[in-house]
Amino acid sequence: MSTIAVETDLALRQQQVRERLDAWTREVIEWHFNPDTGTPFWLDWAAQAGWDPRKEIHTYADLDKFGNFQDEWLRGGPVRRWVPKAYANSPISVFETGGSTGVPKSRININDFRIDYELFSETLPDEAFPKGADWISIGPTGPRRLRLAVEHLAQYRGGICFMVDLDPRWVIKLIKWGEMQMMERYKQHVIDQALTLLRAHPNIKCIFTTPKLLEALCEKVSLKKLGITGIFCGGTEMTPQFCRFAVEELLEGIYFAPTYGNTLMGLAVHKPLTKEDGYAIVYYPPTPRAMIEVVDPDNPSRIVEYGETGRVRLTTLTKEFFMPRFLERDECERERPHPLYPWDGVRNVRPFSRFSATVVEGVY
Amino acid sequence: MLHLPILRHGRPYRSLSVSSTPHFRTKEPFVELSLANPGLIRRDLLQAERTWSILQQYKAQDLLRMTKRAAEFFLHDPLPLGEAWQTPEEYVAQISATTGLPLVMVRKNMMKIYGVMAEIDHVISGLTRGIEPAVLDEGYGEVNGHAVSFFPRGYNLGVVLPNNSPGVHSLWIPAIAMKIPLVLKPGSAEPWSPYRVIQALIKAGFPPEVFSYYPTDHAGAGEILRSSDRCMLFGDVGAVKSWRNDPRVELHGPGYSKIVIGGDCIDHFDRYLDVMIQSIAENSGRSCINASGVWVPRRGREIADALAQRLARIEPKPADDPDAQIAPFADPRVAERISNMIDKGLYEPGAEDYTARYRPGGRLVTFDGATYLLPTILYCESPEHGLANREFLFPFASVVECPEEQLLEAMGPTLVVTAITHSERLKSRLLASSHVGRLNLGPIPTMKIGWDQPHEGNLFEHLYARRAFQQVRELVHP
Repeated sequence: MSTIAVETDLALRQQQVRERLDAWTREVIEWHFNPDTGTPFWLDWAAQAGWDPRKEIHTYADLDKFGNFQDEWLRGGPVRRWVPKAYANSPISVFETGGSTGVPKSRININDFRIDYELFSETLPDEAFPKGADWISIGPTGPRRLRLAVEHLAQYRGGICFMVDLDPRWVIKLIKWGEMQMMERYKQHVIDQALTLLRAHPNIKCIFTTPKLLEALCEKVSLKKLGITGIFCGGTEMTPQFCRFAVEELLEGIYFAPTYGNTLMGLAVHKPLTKEDGYAIVYYPPTPRAMIEVVDPDNPSRIVEYGETGRVRLTTLTKEFFMPRFLERDECERERPHPLYPWDGVRNVRPFSRFSATVVEGVY
Repeated sequence: MLHLPILRHGRPYRSLSVSSTPHFRTKEPFVELSLANPGLIRRDLLQAERTWSILQQYKAQDLLRMTKRAAEFFLHDPLPLGEAWQTPEEYVAQISATTGLPLVMVRKNMMKIYGVMAEIDHVISGLTRGIEPAVLDEGYGEVNGHAVSFFPRGYNLGVVLPNNSPGVHSLWIPAIAMKIPLVLKPGSAEPWSPYRVIQALIKAGFPPEVFSYYPTDHAGAGEILRSSDRCMLFGDVGAVKSWRNDPRVELHGPGYSKIVIGGDCIDHFDRYLDVMIQSIAENSGRSCINASGVWVPRRGREIADALAQRLARIEPKPADDPDAQIAPFADPRVAERISNMIDKGLYEPGAEDYTARYRPGGRLVTFDGATYLLPTILYCESPEHGLANREFLFPFASVVECPEEQLLEAMGPTLVVTAITHSERLKSRLLASSHVGRLNLGPIPTMKIGWDQPHEGNLFEHLYARRAFQQVRELVHP
């Protein structure tokens, strides 16, 4: 196809995505605000707000009428207020975010994590993540979605997932206490367990881990020599420089899939990394189940131009969880749609810079 | 724009992560730094033993000679700066551009760095208390007829460097002449000096592999401190706190340096005003050895008044003015926050800003597009006041009234004390105090340094440990 044809095709597909998003928005709103199927929190909210979203929300853009979702709403109970009536008798999981201090945010889950990871699975190349191969997940488990989600991903692809746990809340405490040696020893404890499993189970071909643990693993062994073919990496911020370092110096040709995800959104897929693009990390949200938009920090209802920096705004639209216009503690650049993902993406997500202001005391 | 790469064992590496440092006045990006990710640093430092062995192939005496040659290159020659070259004058101008230091102060600091390199044999003799350099080659030798033996405590020295003033670089330079490879994290506003020193040393014959230079973020600095065998950390109160219990890390935090005047000399305080002013204001108050306190048993208000009258005369001048005495803040927000912090502290009763009496405006001023904090002298009626023992990045000092008997307990850890007294009792208490890093007895400015008198720990002792040693030269074979 010519360039013009490609662009026309992309524009057409963008339009289709938008229409699908609007239709899905109406369906999700109907679900959460219908007294028969709806979510107690949102039914109460609508009663107090004095307007009926089922009548007034027709498009995705109309969700602006909700204002910004407050993260305090997710801290503390009763957590059942977030369970849609239609799912009242289903087995409910609860997943938490952060939580190094205070009450963590909670999100209930029934099947969302499975759906998200099955969709994500479609983006993984079979030659790097072979069907039937076993996995090892080295990272946060406990109250986090990753514990079940990565295991489901492995099972969905016909494999079995080995698990090595890392408690990030303990790591944060060790850092706060200045117990850096203890932190190193804890990391080593995690890596030692992983190496034992990797050496004992040659059918493990795929790894999920965090950037730091990946570095620590590669200090000890050649993952390629151990037969690893694909690495799915996430859990914390990654920079293009980290991705370059991983590809050029750690992985010896192993396929590297960085991801951006969290309990509230789901899982964003990455545009394939290329050296020519400066290893830019560009993520596309799982539209229409979640949307990531980049907004003006001073006017969060304004979406910034392509290439412009702004704050991440998240909207989650599933039948299990509705969260409109949540301002994340991250910033990034707005990215144009990609032929594989014909909707807006985000480039180089990182912590929101305005939250860091310190006073330096002392001359040194 | 100028770009400074990472040096990975001497090999330039351009990172995808960069930060740019602005010109202090125009606020336009002035230099771009490649930033090392923590994993890259950690991976490189796995090679520490190999790098150390490279340096062991050189005789210590030769390294001293090369360091002296490097001093001349540092002072006089154009040297590589990334893909460009840097003349000595450009070096001076570039430091001034990113730190705000007036050229005259940068030149003084440059001479300080030159001095430690040019006098390296003297410096190392001071640090080792006269041990022959060859002892570092053989691992043993003799001092005054006694056998001595030393072994390195580690394969490298990681240094997290500050932005405040280039003079501090003189503290780590001797390590390389003592056969210990360097891993340097430059400050974002002062990346120039360590890079230039490295280039001068390479030109003088040092193997490039023994120099690692990692501009990096907070996490990368932490990785240097974790992954290096021995370390030095220059940092503010918050930065050094986390490493207080790690004996591998020599801390260079706030100095809280002070001038103490005994009751026997207090009535002649005017004779010592010059010493006090020099201690407070030299190098624009940017050194940990600048005095941030004048502690006296009485007449504190009069002393504060006299100092304030003199220091209030200091005004901002253009960076190239040879009489410039004060430097602006590269980041105006830092100056604003510090000034606000002082003003808030003054709400607490028992303190007064005496300099405010002698200048029409406030201490926070702008001049020629740059932001300054003008010299500030407070009077505090007791050591308990919240501003009695503070240190900031500009000429700032509190004149604190404190009974002589309570002085040592009240003043806490103090890097340099200049004690003006004849009292044997006060002198002996200061001499016995574990709180004092460097003691000047008599009217010696706190800023005066003797290279053979290291403060904040002895670099040689930080890098080498002594072992018991005996030897029989003739081996008896069975």
